[in-house]
Amino acid sequence: MRNLLIFITKYNAFFLFLIFEIGALVIYGKYNAFQKASIINSTNNVTGNFYARYNELERYLSLQDENDKLARDNARMRNLLKSSYYTDTVAKRRVNDTVYKQQYEYIPARVINNSVNRRNNYLTINVGTDAGIARGMGVICDQGIVGIVREVSPHFSVIQSLLHKDTRFSAMLVSTKARGTLKWDDGFDPQIAQLSEVTNNVQPHLGEQVVTSELSLFPAGVPIGRVSNLHTKNGGFFLNMEVRLAVNFATLQYVYVVNNRFGQEQAGLEALQKKDE
Amino acid sequence: MSRTILINLIRFVVLVLVQVFLLKNITLYDLSIPYLYILFILLLPFEIPNFLLFALAFLTGLVIDAFYDTPGLHASACVLLAFVRILFISITVQKEGFDNDPEPTLSVMGFRWFFTYASILTLFHHFFLFNLEVFSLSEIQYTFTRFVLSSIFTVFLMVVTGLLFFRRKERK
Repeated sequence: MRNLLIFITKYNAFFLFLIFEIGALVIYGKYNAFQKASIINSTNNVTGNFYARYNELERYLSLQDENDKLARDNARMRNLLKSSYYTDTVAKRRVNDTVYKQQYEYIPARVINNSVNRRNNYLTINVGTDAGIARGMGVICDQGIVGIVREVSPHFSVIQSLLHKDTRFSAMLVSTKARGTLKWDDGFDPQIAQLSEVTNNVQPHLGEQVVTSELSLFPAGVPIGRVSNLHTKNGGFFLNMEVRLAVNFATLQYVYVVNNRFGQEQAGLEALQKKDE
Repeated sequence: MSRTILINLIRFVVLVLVQVFLLKNITLYDLSIPYLYILFILLLPFEIPNFLLFALAFLTGLVIDAFYDTPGLHASACVLLAFVRILFISITVQKEGFDNDPEPTLSVMGFRWFFTYASILTLFHHFFLFNLEVFSLSEIQYTFTRFVLSSIFTVFLMVVTGLLFFRRKERK
């Protein structure tokens, strides 16, 4: 017993190392395997507020760009207004339309923390459960898709960006409606993603637009990017192609969280079916 | 004694703020990412008890993790760093012969020792960090490039910081 104690005190550095290292790895493994909500991330009050303060300063520096973007967006919206269309029928009547029911809701948010240069990238935004955000919602911006909500707290949320090794989206080519899987490219360029598992019979062409498909958690037709290279490795029975992303992740400032109002209903129904099998 | 604590506390706050608000946004060609915050662990005094050293390293890692959204990743790399630090110091430095609690800074230990010390510890830390972050052998080439280039960047920043706070009178 005494020898054991002497042994432990002599090599105390090693034993302390083991204890702390195992502690750290347990925290790391737990967070990654089960995606548990954890205190140690930027949704907690201290780090969230730090980032919010810092972002106020940063936002000021990019006012010019943001103004341009807003003006462009306004112009686009104005084009959609009824008043900017010329009506060529004389008779007008108002119809109380009950055929349409709003399925997708958009919640605006500001990006207060962002990264593009790591293997797995995350963003933090300044809205949370108080604004109706829940885990698993999609996030887009005015140019295209951004990612999925991963952690939420009352005032902040963490988004797993498209630039992450586990992020996959269902996408389709705009002309043929051929579906495929979109994920971040192996080259780790924040501008390039890879569209794979497109069936062999379609003939995509360079510069063709890629949008979200009906199977994704976004509304169908949200732009993603354009096909930039058709000849990539690992063809097999499927076509793979490179997509140049429309969103510049490095300068992202404002995003919209997409709330699919029927999402839960659909998921519940599909879960029932799985149980039957 | 209290002066040492105060200096280290200020160093901790400054390094974390610099890491989180400045260096986090700096990358060279998406490959080279500096993690200067480990300088805090490197510069803790020689006489620090092992337990305190590990606890501080763990805490530093967790604080950085909180800002980087990667719980446990930096903490585990920092604990490894603390262990390598103990080994390296026990091999290269004789504990006797210092007057009042010295720190392993560039001005006290001289350029050659400090450069070796910083390089070896940074290499261990970065190697562990980048491999744990990716956790797959299929991207080993990319991980390795990032690891080497980031280490060079970090050590460069450490030496620059050391020279900035160089105090001639401490030199033996």
